[in-house]
Amino acid sequence: MTTKLNMTIERSSVELTKDDFVSDQMVKWCPGCGSHAILSSVANVFPKLGYRKENIMMVSGIGCSSRFPYYLNTYGIHGIHGRAAAISSGVKIANPHLSVWMATGDGDSLAIGGNHFIHIIRRNIDINIVLFNNQIYGLTKGQYSPTTPMGSVTKTSPQGTIEHPFNPGELVLGAQGTFFARVPDSNPRLMTEVMFEAAKHDGTSIIEVLENCVIFADKTHDMITNKEFRDDRQIVLRNGEPMIFGKNKDKGIRLNGTRLEVVTLGENGFSEDDLLVHDMYQQDPGIHLMLAKMSFPHFPVAMGVIRAAMYPTYDDMVEEQITFAKQNSKIKSVDDLLNSGDTWEIK
Amino acid sequence: MVKMKSNVIQREEVVVKFVGDSGDGMQLTGTLFSDTAALAGLDLATFPDYPAEIRAPHNTVAGVSGYQVHIGAKKIETTGDLCDVLVAMNPASLKSNLKWAKPGATLIVDMDTFEEAAYKKAGYSVNPLEDGSLDGYNLVKAPITSFTRGSLKDKGLDQKTADKSKNMFALGIMYHLFGWGFEATFDFFNKKFKNKPQVIDANRTVLEAGYSYAEAVEALSSVYQVNKASIQPGRYRNITGNTATAWGFLAASERSGRPIFLGSYPITPATDILIELAKHKSLGAKVFQAEDEIAGICSAIGASYTGSLALTTTSGPGLSLKSEAIGLAVMTELPLVIVDVQRGGPSTGLPTKSEQSDLYQALFGRNGECPAVVIAASTSANSFYYAYMSAKIAMEHMTPVILLTDGYLGNGSQLFRIPKVADLPSINPPIAEANDPDYLPYRRNPETLARKWALPGTEGLRHRIGGLEKEDGRGNVSTDPMNHQKMVDLRDAKVQKVADYIPEQEINGEKEGDLLVVSWGGTLGAVQEAVEEMQSQGKKVSHAHFNYIMPLPKNTKEVLSGFKKILVCELNSGQFVNYLKMTHYGHDYMQYNKVQGLPFTVNELTQVLTQILEEK
Repeated sequence: MTTKLNMTIERSSVELTKDDFVSDQMVKWCPGCGSHAILSSVANVFPKLGYRKENIMMVSGIGCSSRFPYYLNTYGIHGIHGRAAAISSGVKIANPHLSVWMATGDGDSLAIGGNHFIHIIRRNIDINIVLFNNQIYGLTKGQYSPTTPMGSVTKTSPQGTIEHPFNPGELVLGAQGTFFARVPDSNPRLMTEVMFEAAKHDGTSIIEVLENCVIFADKTHDMITNKEFRDDRQIVLRNGEPMIFGKNKDKGIRLNGTRLEVVTLGENGFSEDDLLVHDMYQQDPGIHLMLAKMSFPHFPVAMGVIRAAMYPTYDDMVEEQITFAKQNSKIKSVDDLLNSGDTWEIK
Repeated sequence: MVKMKSNVIQREEVVVKFVGDSGDGMQLTGTLFSDTAALAGLDLATFPDYPAEIRAPHNTVAGVSGYQVHIGAKKIETTGDLCDVLVAMNPASLKSNLKWAKPGATLIVDMDTFEEAAYKKAGYSVNPLEDGSLDGYNLVKAPITSFTRGSLKDKGLDQKTADKSKNMFALGIMYHLFGWGFEATFDFFNKKFKNKPQVIDANRTVLEAGYSYAEAVEALSSVYQVNKASIQPGRYRNITGNTATAWGFLAASERSGRPIFLGSYPITPATDILIELAKHKSLGAKVFQAEDEIAGICSAIGASYTGSLALTTTSGPGLSLKSEAIGLAVMTELPLVIVDVQRGGPSTGLPTKSEQSDLYQALFGRNGECPAVVIAASTSANSFYYAYMSAKIAMEHMTPVILLTDGYLGNGSQLFRIPKVADLPSINPPIAEANDPDYLPYRRNPETLARKWALPGTEGLRHRIGGLEKEDGRGNVSTDPMNHQKMVDLRDAKVQKVADYIPEQEINGEKEGDLLVVSWGGTLGAVQEAVEEMQSQGKKVSHAHFNYIMPLPKNTKEVLSGFKKILVCELNSGQFVNYLKMTHYGHDYMQYNKVQGLPFTVNELTQVLTQILEEK
């Protein structure tokens, strides 16, 4: 059942540019919103994919993030709150020849749409999901979300939130995710890079973008993304490379027993050889989970592609079952079906 | 012993009910009985009646499972009110079903199960077979358990396995009662137990033993003879409403050339449609068992956007969960069929019982001005046709269609005259051509007001749609007040236009008279029989049974205008009658309603009609 079908998406005969995907609609996000950078990265990635522009499809739910389809000239559906994953699933299963992208937020996919989010991941349907995580409800003007840090004061938590937030990476891997990447909205180059990796991955790809909401949660990721100290508080993972970070490239991540540990190169006898080498294709999610969970202040936050493991996709297996049934069933038409089993003639 | 010949009673129709513990195999017995009846050339309708629990406690009233079969030499429209023959495999099933037996009915009971513990558990204080309480019936005390064991004693089976064949002994008695052969049933054994020759042998032995017992002991004072029904010539099969619904959609997919996609979540009594379509991948059916009802419909909306005949199937509580997404399909003007196999409500209600109480929900259960087409099937067999028409209307008019059936139609079965797909009406979805220079997402066909279906992958038609109000024509997001008014009006007019494409409402009887009986959906059989009974008595009564609910047929006003009185009968508190009062006011409507999880009986309806006709 795991034989890969040749389900390629039809390629463009001409070279496309970003302009091929610009829509005529005015972009209505706030000035300074992280979504502008995401839109720009997506518009940069689409021509690079080489697919016919008609074979790209954008789906979204509800929220600031979900206005996305209107701002790109592709086929698209702006759905209802939380249901983008379910709509995308139907799109991809019904037409596997489309490159399906989904724009969603921390409220849309981790609160109201949590059920669909975990199930699309579990099924491994080949869809690229860009999760705009600004840790707040923006469109309804400033209520806490499932990723808002505990204790945050928001309009609906005047004394601070008393809920434990989700770490999206942990949730994705817990749901048997095959692809997870994280990227700050302030690093468009890395964003374009991981989006391309997500597109290459067969299966559900989740790209968590740490996004700034200038109005309701300004600087929510500042502790990690501020230029002053970001190099010490982020590590960009690259497949096959040792896990080194820091402004002076002098820190690294090693495995100490069963736990990760930050070490300084040259101190206590640690050298590059002691560091973990990133293997994003590893099937076992153990290290990936530890990497996804790394958080400030004890660890740098992991950026880049954390996991990209190969598993069969749901949409491929649907096609395989249909092909098999068509080859082996005696029922070739509805007339065959109607006349199958016990029937009799009345004269 | 002198062998006496039993009396032969000639009957136009007979109602038989098999009842027993949920593990006694009553559903199978009923199915085999009806298949044999069908092969004998009779018309029939069946209904399984089973508890919500998979296996309720043994020998309790809660655990009784039943299967009713109505057979006849005439056209059979209902599953029958009361039964002529009741086969009861234990005291609990007799206790709970005696009320469904006609006075003087033949009761065939397994006397071996009437032990003190069992009849007390069923709620009898003394053995009902011994206390004379059944004197008004033709009671046949058959030693079913002991004779089944006896007939298998040389077969090397353990008692538990042997007892599983008890139902075949009862079936054998029934075959003698009707004078039928074993061929169809033997064929079934051979197929079902292909690799278990011992089980085939045991079942055959017990079936024959039951037949011989009935013949030898003259247990039955009389046997029935039901002549062949005069049925329209053609090829026939037995079909349940849920299977007919699934097949209707497969036919619509093939005829329209649109691949079929079902997104659904299991729910009683609609699950069988999901199970049935999942079998037909060879016909290209893509069946997605979603994580919940909402994902079921939302996946279907996604599939619809890409050009599939998209379906979602559910029952009442699931329709509630799908409401918001139906609104999305209305707003995006995508074709979609939502099947609601109605059950008793509200909330979880009566999952295995039937009602017509979701009509309001189908018509009005959404936020905003949110019109959708509503169609109701009226027999198990015509569920095929109405599923087909729902798909045709959804695709040709670019609209969601809600198809209402119910638990009785879905689980019940009927003879079905097999059509040829090529003879079904053509289906022509308005698919947009590549690079159509005039294409706009919300540009409409002036006749139907349907927009075009532009499928992803097609050159020159890239567009976005969604749940926000859209500008007429171009389809951009718009909050303009006059545009919103226009779009609300257009969406409504588009659904109303469907009335130009559906058949006119028929009247069974004269166009004028003293009383018009109005009904809709799954009550067709009972209401029709009751009206025909009145007509045969010379009463000026006619019947209008509605299948197209939203919009109503164009001649509805005319249909309602020819009668002194109008009586609307439905299995709810009056939802259709209030809808008629809203859409066709000025008539003096009377109503007859029942909300007991049970169908109408012909008998209760004839009483109601008689009373109304007598009132001046």
